[in-house]
Amino acid sequence: MGKTINIQPLSRIEGHANIKIHLDDQGNVDKAVTHFNSIRGFEKYVQGKPAEEVTRIVTRICGICPWHHHLASTKAVDACFGADVSPAGHILRECMQNMAQINDKILHFYFLAAPDFVMGPDADYSVRNVIGIAGAVPDLAKQVIKMRQLGQMMMEKFAGKVIHPIAAVPGGFSKPMSESQRQSLIKDTEELFEFSKYTIKYAKEVIFPKYLDEVTTLGTITSGFIGTVDEDGSLNFYDGNIRLMKPDGSYTDFHDSQYLDYIGEHVTDVSYGKYPYAKSWDQGFSMDLEDPKGIYRSNCLARINVCDQISTPLAQAELEEFRNNFGRPAQHTLLYHWARLIELVYACEKTLELLQNPEITNPQTRLDVTPSAGRGVGHVEAPRGTLIHDYTTDENGMMVSANMIVGTTHNLAPISMSVEQSAKMLIKDGHVDEGILNRVEMAVRAYDP
Amino acid sequence: MPVKVAAEWLNSCSGCEIAILNLGETLLDLLAELEFVHIPVLMDHKHYGQLGDQEHIDIPSATVGIISGGIRNDEHLEVAHEMRKKCDVLIALGTCATHGGIPALINSYDNQELFDRYYSTESTDPGAAVPTNGISPLLDRCYALDEQIKVDIHLPGCPPHPDNIAQAVLALLNGDAFEPETKSVCDTCPAIRKGKGNISTIKRFVTTPEFNPEESLDQMQCLLEQGYLCSGPVTRSGCSGANGESPRCIAARVPCKGCYGPVKQDGNQLLDMLNALASNGIDISSIPDRDSLLRFSGAHNRLVCHKGGLK
Ligand code: SF4
Ligand code: SF4
Ligand code: SF4
Repeated sequence: MGKTINIQPLSRIEGHANIKIHLDDQGNVDKAVTHFNSIRGFEKYVQGKPAEEVTRIVTRICGICPWHHHLASTKAVDACFGADVSPAGHILRECMQNMAQINDKILHFYFLAAPDFVMGPDADYSVRNVIGIAGAVPDLAKQVIKMRQLGQMMMEKFAGKVIHPIAAVPGGFSKPMSESQRQSLIKDTEELFEFSKYTIKYAKEVIFPKYLDEVTTLGTITSGFIGTVDEDGSLNFYDGNIRLMKPDGSYTDFHDSQYLDYIGEHVTDVSYGKYPYAKSWDQGFSMDLEDPKGIYRSNCLARINVCDQISTPLAQAELEEFRNNFGRPAQHTLLYHWARLIELVYACEKTLELLQNPEITNPQTRLDVTPSAGRGVGHVEAPRGTLIHDYTTDENGMMVSANMIVGTTHNLAPISMSVEQSAKMLIKDGHVDEGILNRVEMAVRAYDP
Repeated sequence: MPVKVAAEWLNSCSGCEIAILNLGETLLDLLAELEFVHIPVLMDHKHYGQLGDQEHIDIPSATVGIISGGIRNDEHLEVAHEMRKKCDVLIALGTCATHGGIPALINSYDNQELFDRYYSTESTDPGAAVPTNGISPLLDRCYALDEQIKVDIHLPGCPPHPDNIAQAVLALLNGDAFEPETKSVCDTCPAIRKGKGNISTIKRFVTTPEFNPEESLDQMQCLLEQGYLCSGPVTRSGCSGANGESPRCIAARVPCKGCYGPVKQDGNQLLDMLNALASNGIDISSIPDRDSLLRFSGAHNRLVCHKGGLK
């Protein structure tokens, strides 16, 4: 048996994982295994807690996308309690969620992904990072840090807490938005919108063309896709039906309360994390690169593939250009970066649209709710994918059980497959260097796990 | 000479790292004086060498070490020891690192109970065995850092306010002693306190408190006096930042749930809160779930597994 390469920890990703690449005696890849190492047990310890408190506990599943957990959870509790939700409360929640999407995409593109493209995949690790970018293109770096800060602070000014939020409550939102707050948020969002337009232009002109080879080969697999769409098939982050698309582009739409009929979770012995798969395809689960079974992907590329259109004009134009280039569904893994920037434009446009809705300043943002027994499924599109919280409460509104399928987990099997694909493609006859190992990680980073 | 910094995240959520980035332009200024030698969220320095061929974890030496997250498995423990060995001053960043944080809620259960639930949820394929191949085994519970290694500076908060982080780093850069906060969240809260409220029981936060959204916070009556369980009295201050803003949850008209941990590092948020309520004549049996008062500080044997014992 040859040697084992241990890439640990995977870096410039949000979660905790490592890769073990096992080489045979000739120095070719026997297998490449991705281990997902985190288990915290939220499903266990929210049991017995007052359901309205759980909405501010589950945020800690992820500090990068806490708003999405906060909202999926609040929607699940609304449903458990059979609560009426204030219309302005819904608008405020959706507005905050779209703002959070803006910040997340700027963070991922510039801080986590861009070093591979701006500094290059083979650059030394000591400069292949955002600090290296700050040295190489200081003006851009300054602007990026300013924009991310602006995006975070505008949310914090209005909603109190931006990391691990507390402002969504069963029945609505904890406080109304004043006219002057609305005006200032519009101003800030317009600034972010300008920066987003700059970003996608910069990426399309300077970055993507340079890495076309990588884009069309690295980590490429064939899979289905999952995402949320409106009644008319438009992309939606906050609400709608879940659409599950097969690799051939055919799809089924279903209500989130039926998710158990469509999605199963497979357990392997190499990861604490579970691997969701399309149970409704009746193929079982397999990560075999030649003959995958039940494998679908989530996150931006998935949403861009499953939606029929986007309801805002600039993002729709970007979607059309993307589809003309890559078809539907697009399978190349590095296209996640491109799809993410289309969603960045959409999130800005959508936020502005919501801020222009006169109902957003309605002072009635929260209806009283009564804790009671029920079962409720709440879902939203987190940056990393379809996020499902499924709760059951007792007659006092205390949690009896909770099941959660988190955005990134849909991608655990696809990530593992992309790692295996890229390792096998790049490591030959014992030749390994840092640039090669970093390219294997680039296949992971595209998914932004 | 820039000061070398190594950072690690253990049983964490990455919120603490986002709080560092939220320093914004202050971060750019600080970066001029710091040199990061290891920080997995931003930089590709690896534990087992850049080619993944070494046998032991190796983190470069640094003057300042920053660790977020508590300690939950063998690997966390190994990394924590390596960080202690290589760093002169070690900062525990965030309440997970200082008091276990939300993930220490698991300490009310043992690992078997965790696995039994997680690997048998409604969507999980039946009959799954607990994974053991090439992944780090869990310790018996979730530990705060100082239960396993010596910590020099505790910076609680879930996450800490960026101002807290800047203050600590600046103190270190200037060679000043770091002074932890000694006040409670209430001490920094502008809400009106009218003295003893006339409440006798605690309400759940399923109704809207009394406040006029047109008016600033100093016109709103204290949420605890309005009958909502607010952990402000037993929680360390800091979340209102360095510029005298309001506690962050109260600013959203939502009660504090204690995310900065106890006022004193070794305080007990549950006991302190029960005492505070009882001495104000409030019936503590009206609290729906007492363990929730320890939701941020369940390490240090505050939350313990009662399996087969107490109910
Ligand atoms: S203290 Fe809070 S923000 Fe920091 S790692 Fe823990 S849960 Fe995340
Ligand atoms: S109990 Fe809560 S609302 Fe009242 S003063 Fe303290 S922090 Fe403010
Ligand atoms: S008010 Fe309490 S729970 Fe909210 S951020 Fe401050 S310390 Fe944390």
